[in-house]
Amino acid sequence: MKFKNFIKIFFAILFVFVSTHSYAKTIKWSMQGDSLTLDPHAQNEGPTTQVSRQVYEALVTRGLDMSIEPQLATDWKTTDPNTWVFNLRKGVKFSDGTDMTAKDVVFSILRAKQPTSDFKEYISTISDVKEIDNYTVQVSTSKPNPILLNQLSNIFIMSKKWSIDFGATVSQNWDGGEETFSATNAMGTGPFKITLREPNTKTVFERNSNWWGSMKDNSLSEIHLLPIKNSATRVAALLSGEVDLVTDAPVQDLARIGNSADHEVVSTAQMRTIFLGMDQAADKLRSGNTGDNPFKKKEVRQALYQAIDIEAIKKKVMRGLSEPAGIITFPGVNGYTQDLDKRLPYDVDAAKKLLADAGYPKGFDVELRCPNDRYVNDEAICTAVVGMLGKIGVNVNLFAQTKSKHFKELKEDKGDFYMLGWGVPTLDSHYVFHYLYESGASWNKVNFSNSEVDAAIRVMEGEVDLDKRNAAIANAWKIVKDDISYLPLHHQVISWATKKNVDVPIRPNNEPLFRFASFK
Amino acid sequence: MLQVDNKTLNSWERLRDSDIYFSFIKSPTAIVSSVILLIIFFCSFFVEFVTPHNPFDPASLSLMEAFTPPSWTEDGMAKFILGTDGQGRDMLSTILYGSRISLIVGFSAIIFSLILGVSLGLTAGYFGGKYEMIVMRLTDVQLTVPSILMALLVDGIARGIISREMHDEMAIYVLIFAIGISEWPQFARVSRAATLVEKNKDYVSASSIIGVSNLLIMFKHILPNIMRPILVIGTIGLALAIIAESTLSFLGVGVPPTTPSLGTLIRLGNDFLFSGEWWITFFPAIFLVILAFSINLLGDWMRDTLNPRLKK
Repeated sequence: MKFKNFIKIFFAILFVFVSTHSYAKTIKWSMQGDSLTLDPHAQNEGPTTQVSRQVYEALVTRGLDMSIEPQLATDWKTTDPNTWVFNLRKGVKFSDGTDMTAKDVVFSILRAKQPTSDFKEYISTISDVKEIDNYTVQVSTSKPNPILLNQLSNIFIMSKKWSIDFGATVSQNWDGGEETFSATNAMGTGPFKITLREPNTKTVFERNSNWWGSMKDNSLSEIHLLPIKNSATRVAALLSGEVDLVTDAPVQDLARIGNSADHEVVSTAQMRTIFLGMDQAADKLRSGNTGDNPFKKKEVRQALYQAIDIEAIKKKVMRGLSEPAGIITFPGVNGYTQDLDKRLPYDVDAAKKLLADAGYPKGFDVELRCPNDRYVNDEAICTAVVGMLGKIGVNVNLFAQTKSKHFKELKEDKGDFYMLGWGVPTLDSHYVFHYLYESGASWNKVNFSNSEVDAAIRVMEGEVDLDKRNAAIANAWKIVKDDISYLPLHHQVISWATKKNVDVPIRPNNEPLFRFASFK
Repeated sequence: MLQVDNKTLNSWERLRDSDIYFSFIKSPTAIVSSVILLIIFFCSFFVEFVTPHNPFDPASLSLMEAFTPPSWTEDGMAKFILGTDGQGRDMLSTILYGSRISLIVGFSAIIFSLILGVSLGLTAGYFGGKYEMIVMRLTDVQLTVPSILMALLVDGIARGIISREMHDEMAIYVLIFAIGISEWPQFARVSRAATLVEKNKDYVSASSIIGVSNLLIMFKHILPNIMRPILVIGTIGLALAIIAESTLSFLGVGVPPTTPSLGTLIRLGNDFLFSGEWWITFFPAIFLVILAFSINLLGDWMRDTLNPRLKK
């Protein structure tokens, strides 16, 4: 009798171990910052999209190789240059079990066009969205748009019913500091659903059993996102096995992680350029001491440009893992050329002379605003820049803070001189011009305004003749490069560090797609 | 007899004749630790003249010299004895500038809590009654709150009140207040206990009878007689205050990185621990250890010397 009990208990224990081993596998994912909001339309920011991407899906999406693939739409056609008809995938359910239909698509696209949405510029050419039947949607554009699919790949589809039930029909006003249900909860058609959300601490993604697609590895049941701001702590957590994946492994620690028998590091050029912006519209710098705005003068901007020793930053701060940039876009984006990407030479004497010629022989004071948990070594880059500008007499006071405050205060026009990074999810120069250079654009915080560039942007949006369109792009790049509206620094190289038994394919936009994750 | 001696000897000779001096020259630990402290104090307060580099002058920095290891290692440079940090700042100079800030904060905080604690403890012991009870319960409450937590709380409140532009300038005062406010109960307790003993002595009764005011009795007659234990806990408290400052700066709530203290330096260097640039965090840390250890040794010696009961 006793022996029988023993056998029972033994098998019970064995069963528990075996079953947990083969079914419940978790990937613990860490990066320095967290998603700013779960509202998929409220904030157009890298990590925010990375989190939303696991939960929400779009009509089309970029696959592992970054090419456009069908997602919620199975196919599409243009009936005339301004009209697109999308056939939706049938049988797609939201994670609460309700069907995804054309109503939800229409609702979501219109939601992303609302004034509080940060994606309104993305799809500004969409003039109308109509439901034709339950599984057909017609999208009309104000002019022929050659990059509509690229843009739609970042417009996530929400449930209309869920949004109405929880008062989330309007995009969260993130810039205004609004708190909404949709900012702390997410419900989409994607492979995962969020079951626990503690901002900046822990987010738990569980498998969405209603998902229409198939996972590469079915044993993956949960993802835990554990943001760790301090880079040494993050590496320690990885090395001790507390996390499995770090999507922004600190450059100074790659050698150490690579030496570990249980870990590996992969690096790839990221689709992101880091640069500094200088407000050229304010009459007087908020943090200045000269009573005027030196940045209005091109000589001053060029002096700052030539005072920055980007090779030293590459060697010492980035440990070789960066590519010095001449424009705010990178190889692979339509409109990029190597010629444009060449930098003005580093020349302290020339910079001093330019500054003196512009009427500031003794330099001036200014505050440099930087995030300290967004880009690779962001604060260290800024500190290095402060030292370099000090050499030409520009007395820079560094103000580094967490990204959520940095971006918010930038949007509130509080910055004279700031750091920003720009990725191009559409892989077309239009995206850069539309956000950073167009007069009055939402991230154009240097307040650059040039009618010729604005006209070129209109051409990029409506011209279907690719040669003419590319000529407009080339011309616009030439104008903004000559004007030195921004100080480009470098194209970022990202490194992911993982445990050897975990395989999450690295992607140049730094977005992990956990549906392609597997265990070795 | 004593009076005659005092008149003929100047103060140096008086000191040389004293118990304290005798005990000092007989104690190698006291001599070594005070010599170390004197060197540290001198180098920190005259850092501009001692070090060849000013690490806070951007014009003299070169990023290409960043991460230079200490001079005795293979890639070291002779001009940077302890190497450079991630911005190309000379570690030795940065540490000395940092230790000045740590010392200023430590001294100011301990003087602040000494004045506060002794005033409360002395008056409580002298007057007694309800006032004494309130003060002593207050110290009990204060003692239940860990000092780091208290300092974090003060810093958090200060951040809420003070605007960001002001915060960096005010950070050092906030820190002094935060550390000072968490250390005063020690002084209050010791000075109250000592006062209770002293106030029943004849000289106090005598002064009281001839009509000396309470304030004068407390601060002119009792205070000099209770100074010994206060000096002892003051010295040990100084080491604690310096460590508290470093802890807070390490946690990122202390002095800003633009004027780094020892704790800030250790925090900044912490990022490079895994990558093999050990000197950036090691030297500030070892410097802090030596500083706090020397002060503690000196405090121990003072306790042994000044406490008559421990004398053999």
